[in-house]
Amino acid sequence: MLIQFVLNGKPVAVDVAAYDLLADVVREKLGLTGTHIGCDTSQCGACVVHIDGRSVKSCSTLAVTLEGAKVTTIEGLASPSGQLHPMQQAFHEQHGLQCGFCTPGMVMSAVDFASRNPNPTPAEAAAGIEGNFCRCTGYQNIVKSVIAGAAAMRVVK
Amino acid sequence: MLNFEYLRPSTVTEAGAMLGKMSEARPLAGGMTLIPAMKLRLAAPTALVDLAGVPELNGIKVDGKTVIVGAMTKHADVAASADVRRLIPALADLAGGIGDAQVRNKGTLGGSIANNDPAACYPAAVLALGATVTTNRRKIAADSFFTGMFETALEPGEIVTGVTFPVPAAAAYEKFRSPASRYALVGVFVAKTTGGVRVAVTGAATCVFRASAIESILAEKFSAEALASLRFPADGLNSDLHGDAQYRAQLVGVLTKRAVAKLS
Amino acid sequence: MNHPAGIEGAVTNPTGIGASMRRKEDMRFLMGRGNYVADIKLPDMTAGVFVRSPHAHARIVSIDKKAALAMPGVVDVLTGEDLKTDGVGGLPCAWPVVGKGGAPTKEPAHPAIAQGKVRYVGDAVAFVIAESLAQARNAAEAVVVEYDVLPAVVGVLDAIKPGAVAVFDDIPDNVCVDWELGDKHATEAAFKKAAHIARISLVNNRLVGNPMEPRAAIGAFDRSRGQHTLYTTSQFPHIVKLLMGNFVLNIPQHKLRVVSPDVGGGFGVKQFHYAEEAVVTWAAKRLGRPVKWVCDRSEGFISDAHGRDHVTEAEMALDENGKFLALKVSTIANMGGYLSTFGPNIPTNLYGPLLAGVYTTPAIYCEVKAVFTNTVPVDAYRGAGRPEATFVLERLVDVAASELGIDKAEIRRRNMIPSNAYPYQTPVMMEYDSGDPGGCLTKALANADWNGFPARKAASAAKGKLRGIGLCTYVEACGLAPSRIAIRLGVRGGLFESAAVRVHPTGQVTVLMGSHNHGQGHETTFAQIVSERLSIPAENIEIVFGDTDKVQFGLGTYGSRSLAVGGSALWKATDKVIAKGKKIAAHMLEAADTDIEFADGMFSVAGTDRAKSFAEVALSAHFPVDYPLEILEPGLEEQAFYDPVNFTFPCGAHIAEVEIDPETGVVELLSYVCVDDIGTVINPMIVDGQITGGVVQGVGQALYEDCVYDPESGQLLSGSFMDYCMPRADHVPKVSVETHITKCTHNPLGSKGCGELGTIGSPATVINAVVDALSHLGVNHIDMPASPHRVWRVINEAGGAARVAQ
Repeated sequence: MLIQFVLNGKPVAVDVAAYDLLADVVREKLGLTGTHIGCDTSQCGACVVHIDGRSVKSCSTLAVTLEGAKVTTIEGLASPSGQLHPMQQAFHEQHGLQCGFCTPGMVMSAVDFASRNPNPTPAEAAAGIEGNFCRCTGYQNIVKSVIAGAAAMRVVK
Repeated sequence: MLNFEYLRPSTVTEAGAMLGKMSEARPLAGGMTLIPAMKLRLAAPTALVDLAGVPELNGIKVDGKTVIVGAMTKHADVAASADVRRLIPALADLAGGIGDAQVRNKGTLGGSIANNDPAACYPAAVLALGATVTTNRRKIAADSFFTGMFETALEPGEIVTGVTFPVPAAAAYEKFRSPASRYALVGVFVAKTTGGVRVAVTGAATCVFRASAIESILAEKFSAEALASLRFPADGLNSDLHGDAQYRAQLVGVLTKRAVAKLS
Repeated sequence: MNHPAGIEGAVTNPTGIGASMRRKEDMRFLMGRGNYVADIKLPDMTAGVFVRSPHAHARIVSIDKKAALAMPGVVDVLTGEDLKTDGVGGLPCAWPVVGKGGAPTKEPAHPAIAQGKVRYVGDAVAFVIAESLAQARNAAEAVVVEYDVLPAVVGVLDAIKPGAVAVFDDIPDNVCVDWELGDKHATEAAFKKAAHIARISLVNNRLVGNPMEPRAAIGAFDRSRGQHTLYTTSQFPHIVKLLMGNFVLNIPQHKLRVVSPDVGGGFGVKQFHYAEEAVVTWAAKRLGRPVKWVCDRSEGFISDAHGRDHVTEAEMALDENGKFLALKVSTIANMGGYLSTFGPNIPTNLYGPLLAGVYTTPAIYCEVKAVFTNTVPVDAYRGAGRPEATFVLERLVDVAASELGIDKAEIRRRNMIPSNAYPYQTPVMMEYDSGDPGGCLTKALANADWNGFPARKAASAAKGKLRGIGLCTYVEACGLAPSRIAIRLGVRGGLFESAAVRVHPTGQVTVLMGSHNHGQGHETTFAQIVSERLSIPAENIEIVFGDTDKVQFGLGTYGSRSLAVGGSALWKATDKVIAKGKKIAAHMLEAADTDIEFADGMFSVAGTDRAKSFAEVALSAHFPVDYPLEILEPGLEEQAFYDPVNFTFPCGAHIAEVEIDPETGVVELLSYVCVDDIGTVINPMIVDGQITGGVVQGVGQALYEDCVYDPESGQLLSGSFMDYCMPRADHVPKVSVETHITKCTHNPLGSKGCGELGTIGSPATVINAVVDALSHLGVNHIDMPASPHRVWRVINEAGGAARVAQ
């Protein structure tokens, strides 16, 4: 069936089956492969996107449920001119990524978290990304990134 | 995932009618359990009736000495609700500790209790607070709602519309998270209600249950010290990779003491 | 950001060696523009799904494809019989070892799809190809496989019992190889003279590596050119090309291209040649269409090679002063249901030679039985053999210290190789070229405030908590590997590395590396080496890797080798560029090439101000007008191969502090201090990240992760992230990283490597801390993971929380 929603600020119409997951639709039908799939039990968080401003796991979201929704993926975070979102910049500055596979989901979770927690402690930042696995970094620099990114988001606001 | 029909009613009546028509249809709430189960082909309903488009199922209301939470209210909204935080902070804490941020942004109260996962958090709150589950057909007291592992008193086609929580004098929830899944390895909800002290335990057995022996001790003297010599029996408790029955019994005791200590 | 002390001060080139420059590769990952195998779409591509055995051990009676073939969109269903018909070979073992008395490793056939028998839950029995993934999945359920289920053998101790189920009919005792190292007689003689013998029995728990990107492979075939392409999530595309092309599919090397684009973490799990790679490549030719397979995580749990899984008995002989006289280690290591690429090498060559640690123990004897079981094949996982060796040794040292009443730091000091004794020949093969473990230990003790621990323990006790401190020193052999030594140890190939520096006419540089970047920051680190050598900014340097059509050859990335071996090859290649540049400049400047100096990006005539820039020389090489064509070829591209003369030996000291809740058994890791000697540091920021990440992976093994099979049925019980506990952000403490450098003496960089050391040191460090916290209960060992349940049980069995306050 045809569904219409706003993806990264632009309206899209896409034909989906009832069983199509949002993660598969953005990756396979809309060509945005920044959203990753790292597990099949909704644990790892590599697939996190925003629906109507809230972070969700797109691997357990049916695309058909999104009629009229606003969806943001990692590709929609930087400005159209390529200027990184403050959270992306913080991950770069703080060495918050290694292999990069968990990074899109991690950044999307971090942005949602920081928008509600503008000045987190390390423990709060760590708890804020509990739904995202990273196997490379040991999380230490990710937590630093979330804190730095939250601070930068405060300034941008 | 196998194909199915997707239906999106806008009223409870319409949803009930859709579910009534097809025996293999299932309501879709947050989908946090159902969708992964369908992906792994552990569930294969022929139709999903999406309750997200039914506005009357969503929201939190305060009515006298009760808090009424709509079935489709998300965990994150319960956790953040000023009313819930003020009147039943333990319920907000519980909601704020379910799964992870993304689960809380989609998962719902109704979905959780209708699924009745033995390790889910919400059933403990519903049971300990002596809440009433409202459906499209009737009201069901918590004590008769949770009937077994993944089983409830709900009949085919019956939809949870909300839960009415009486405001307790005091309540606390202590959860020991399974290190891997973050479900409750054991969770204990202790509430001082108008009907007395109620203690509900989740995660430990095949279904949430009331720890009546602990309730009697606490009814006599509501203090952690009163529980000092408590040895919760391991009989009938779950054993799995993350803890055997003895360990779960130990946790029931420890968590109950900690919950009570919070309230003393 | 804090960086390892004492490095950044001297750095002048902001993109040169020693600078914490931010990573060049970050941008594409941050913007969602990485290019992973699962992201690749080829025209006319089909989707493949494996049907896998639900049984640990069974005979395949029949496979009925009919119903599946009739399903919508299904293109083909392939089985082991089809492999046979097409003459496809089995998966080779690339590193068998020589057992006791010269006995060879037993290498049973390892078909890419099971033939006749399945040997673990997850063994592939059929491959279903359809137009879409959903169709392939549906059809996979319609493949009817009839099994004759056999009893399974799962644990290594069960596998060696007389009368145990045989995984292979012609290997009735399940022993793949019975290996030994060291002087048995000298060791036994030393034990006879010992004043004290410390003993330990332990299990090194089985792990699933779980890089966040699941494995994936796409096969493609161009009939017009007879050309095969495989896209795969591999740490070593050239080796896959060699092993698969040569041994499995019989494809001439010039007709096979293997591409490993962005790869989302490897940790060893992606350094094997896997069955799925061969199957998609083979199927693509049969079909004449690309075939894509992407592993589900649940499938990864039962098809990625697992790690560790040892059972060990060890004894240490000491004199009355706590001096180590001898060490005896007996290990049984699980190989799983078939040999993976490096399987037998891991618990032998990468294990026994590390048992000397940083100590002067004069006599060591180690024997290892590698055995087959009905489980997923076991192979290298970050650290590979060396964490297991460190765990045995460092646990045993702690047991000895406790039994003799010697401080745990002191007993290590008494036995440590002094810094002036390097190069140091151990009794187990290795010659350590450099190191100062005592210096590392001193710094670590200071950074962790070792002496202040009793006060902190008392403060914890006042809260009802048990506090423990754990120390571990370690050495690792990495920088794999000197080919001559490795070949003597059984490897079927060389272990050098290659690098090519391609200078463009305009002076920018493209570097082609044989190693593979999957998180280690190679695109930055290697650019920094070139920036340093050629004095050009890193932004003018591009690092290319992961495509056998672009990079001539390479052995790939594993064993902390990329910098020490690949970086050294790159150093040599830049040497060659500079040497040729000098000749070109000499001609341009009308001087003798011996008079040309290269510094700060300028080729100059010594003692004069006559000079040509690097870019001018590059231009001259490509527009050879004013150029000595008679004696010098045009162009400026140089390749170098580097074969190390020895392993490199990072070493260090790690200290952890834990607090245990005696009521629940929860271990909270409070702090973790590392001081490591890794030789020359190229990028301190990246080093900090590699060490921290490695430490946390080892913490995962120590406290959280456990791959558990049902011992009877062979079903994997921890088969998803719901049951296999991955460390999360809120599990881990602050890791403090500091370096204490002695340079590697035998490679041009002086670098030793840093990828694995965290994982090597941390399991022993953390468990030593946990045992320390419980030692007043008479506990002298706890197996990993020290999960809440296990710790509580140990406390409970030792007398319960009642005794905790003592």
